[in-house]
Amino acid sequence: MPINILMPALSPTMEQGNLVKWLKKEGDKVKSGDVIAEIETDKATMEVEAVDEGTLGKILVAEGTSDVAVNQPIAVLLEEGEDASAASTAPAEAAPKKAAAPEAKKEEPAAPKEEAKAEVSKAEAPKPAPAAAAKANGSGGKVFASPLARRIAKERGLDLSAIAGSGPHGRIVKKDVESAQPGSSARQAPASGGGFPLMPDDQIRALFEPGSYDVLPHDGMRKTIASRMQQSKVVVPHYYLAVDFELDALVKMREEMNNYAPKDDGKPVWRLSINDFMIKAFALTLKKHPEANASWTEGGMLRHHNVDIGVAVAIPGGGLITPILRNAQDKPLPQISQEIGELARRAREKRLKPHEYQGGTTAISNLGMYGVKHFTAVVNPPHSTILAVAASEKRAIVKNDQIVVATMMTATISCDHRVLDGANSAELMQTLKGYIEKPIGLVM
Amino acid sequence: MADNQFDIIIIGGGPGGYVAAIRAAQLGYKTAVVEREHLGGICSNWGCIPTKALLRSAEIFQYFNHAKNYGLSVEKPAFDLKAIVQRSRGIAGQMNTGVQFLFKKNKITTIWGDAKFTKPNEIAVTAPTKGVLGPAVEAPKGALGEGTYKAQHIIVATGARPRVLPGLEPDKKQVWTYFEAMNPESFPKSLLVIGSGAIGVEFASFYRTLGADVTIVEVLPQVLPVEDAEIAAFARKQFEKQGIKILTGAKVTKLDKKPDAVTATIDVGGKTETITAEKVISAVGVVGNIENIGLEAVGVKTDKGIVVTDGYGRTNVKGIYAIGDVAGPPMLAHKAEHEGVTCVEAIKGLKVHALDKNKVPGCTYCHPQIASVGLTEAKAKELGREVKIGRFPFIGNGKAIALGEPDGLCKTIFDAKTGELLGAHLSGAEVTELIQGFVVAMNCETTEEELMHTIFPHPTLSETMKESVLDAYGRVLNM
Repeated sequence: MPINILMPALSPTMEQGNLVKWLKKEGDKVKSGDVIAEIETDKATMEVEAVDEGTLGKILVAEGTSDVAVNQPIAVLLEEGEDASAASTAPAEAAPKKAAAPEAKKEEPAAPKEEAKAEVSKAEAPKPAPAAAAKANGSGGKVFASPLARRIAKERGLDLSAIAGSGPHGRIVKKDVESAQPGSSARQAPASGGGFPLMPDDQIRALFEPGSYDVLPHDGMRKTIASRMQQSKVVVPHYYLAVDFELDALVKMREEMNNYAPKDDGKPVWRLSINDFMIKAFALTLKKHPEANASWTEGGMLRHHNVDIGVAVAIPGGGLITPILRNAQDKPLPQISQEIGELARRAREKRLKPHEYQGGTTAISNLGMYGVKHFTAVVNPPHSTILAVAASEKRAIVKNDQIVVATMMTATISCDHRVLDGANSAELMQTLKGYIEKPIGLVM
Repeated sequence: MADNQFDIIIIGGGPGGYVAAIRAAQLGYKTAVVEREHLGGICSNWGCIPTKALLRSAEIFQYFNHAKNYGLSVEKPAFDLKAIVQRSRGIAGQMNTGVQFLFKKNKITTIWGDAKFTKPNEIAVTAPTKGVLGPAVEAPKGALGEGTYKAQHIIVATGARPRVLPGLEPDKKQVWTYFEAMNPESFPKSLLVIGSGAIGVEFASFYRTLGADVTIVEVLPQVLPVEDAEIAAFARKQFEKQGIKILTGAKVTKLDKKPDAVTATIDVGGKTETITAEKVISAVGVVGNIENIGLEAVGVKTDKGIVVTDGYGRTNVKGIYAIGDVAGPPMLAHKAEHEGVTCVEAIKGLKVHALDKNKVPGCTYCHPQIASVGLTEAKAKELGREVKIGRFPFIGNGKAIALGEPDGLCKTIFDAKTGELLGAHLSGAEVTELIQGFVVAMNCETTEEELMHTIFPHPTLSETMKESVLDAYGRVLNM
């Protein structure tokens, strides 16, 4: 029986993706584990591996197709002895049967004499595989919503899977969708372009001379950034604390440490950056201030045991992703440096796996290399903080009533006021200042 | 727990109170109901049910009168008023026994008497005021009597009584309330009905069908003032066809009583008219029973004759709740029942929703019947909703014609943007049984699409509902 290859869910929140490229052609032999296609989600480009063995009989979704729904058949795999004509008859409706089908096959030879039993298992086989179809909205499947709620959501471009239902058995009703307006935690469907439309598209376009602009469709990442940041700025009550740090001791220590870096083929294996120090210092700081290493939920504060820091990485050509450095508090600086280097490299190539960029308890954004003097960043919930690190520069400062030259850097923390109050954050910044200005603490 | 100590005490055994009691018992609460006259309340004993019994007699009498239309012959149809009333009272009695049975089954204690709050969680019960509505009633077997009773939660479900307007005070002889109208000693040749709400038009219908000369006087510009204007106008035309005289925008300013008749002075748009009738029914609404139950003593907030509640029955005083008529309009039995259940479930901590008054249907059993739910066209427009309106007359419905009931109208109102069913308004045969389809639809938040996709059985009057929906979207089939 031909096997439908389905659009995989590469992350729990993925609902659709773009089929970027086929790496196998129709007629190619495929082994389990072979990379057959590349798929782009809102976060990354991922490879799709074959699960079963056979011949790629028919490609159902051409490369370059956008917004292919998860679990939609994208190709048909033929088993030995099947020809391509069978492929065309593989019904799309059979899609969810795929996972169950191989099991049924196994059962048949196992009990060849008990035909009746085999019949039963065949009959049971076409049940949908729940795990494959599971979505992220908690209930692990279909979104239950009233017809009216569905229609209003569609009209307003709201993503039902992000809305909590208050109706019977958690069904989403009109009230839930109507309250999923500015000020609620429901996020907008990425498909609608993320942000709340302040005015309809055609009204915005009407403000400009026709032909005086190009319309570039949003890619998945742009939509996600738009909706996540929109959501954050609407829901999370932000406040900001900026502190100046004297970096001379840290710069000196960095130089010394880098001189000690082991060499491989004459090249140092690692090279610490100021940012690596910031990550380590911020991680240790949060470990000392567990109230800040927390996430707001309506049911209670999630106080995290480990400091998992998202490090914002700009994607060449636009976009942004934050790979997560896990357990940063326990990692020595060289390890942080190497891990971040590797994550950032793959992030730029859009080759991160979902677990490498989802979650995290806080984040750091560094625009120092662009000479930015000071900036504030937008908290990325469920984080409750983000540290914005600006450029280090020589400044004239007053020390012991004398004007002296020092290497200074301004870092600004953005905080979720639901989680943290001003004094908490101020104390946290004092601790951070201690680590940065007396960096020996980072290696002790 | 002591004998006088309960988890929940409900003051009033009407449809709200007795249903709340059953739900409380189901949830494991030790429950008592204080009642002074009739378990089942006005609804079962002096309201909804006995009037439906009367109207059924009138309806059948009407069929007899029109037997010829159906190829039947009935010689000189006649009625026996005493027997009609007796049937009605018998049915009320049956309802009352039914509630007693339900209490026994659910182990609910009845406390017989008048209740008064002494503390927020304590009431004093005294011997019942005899015969508030009808003849004195014996306490049911096993009921507790006078004494002090305590409960963590006390629900006020004392209902409502006819409103009395100055100058129109009922005297029970010539000026009736619904109690006398339901239990007449003789048949009045002429009748003046003041007020054209559900109670007014139902009695007008009953007495007119049996041959009385009936006039309805309504102070507002529209009969059935809470109904959609189009439906009210349709019903008015039907009433007038039956020979009921109707004066709207008319105010009764004076009643002159003579031994055998009452002359009403009526101000109609500045002009004065007089109408003389044998009996007058005052049906100018009902008011909540908030007095003499000690609400002031425990500090329960009331406003314009109604206990102020939060949608889950909670008053401003912890442990005191109010449901049904006494908690405000619409003063309907099914609203009281729903509130009773919601209130008890909220006490239990179950997930409940506050009453959405907009989804409370209303039914009037005059001829033709009226049934409605949701917004009227005028109200929808007032709220700034852009609407799509569908109408379908019963003359286009095969079943209606077969029944010989071609006079009817089904009107639906949709939000033009979202397809939300905002309101449904029907008049015609058995529409009180049809409306529930739309009520379910509204509660499930269907749009026009699901209604259009739903198969309505043929041949039924319910097909008018689907056609009305189709009409709202320019897709009507049988017109």
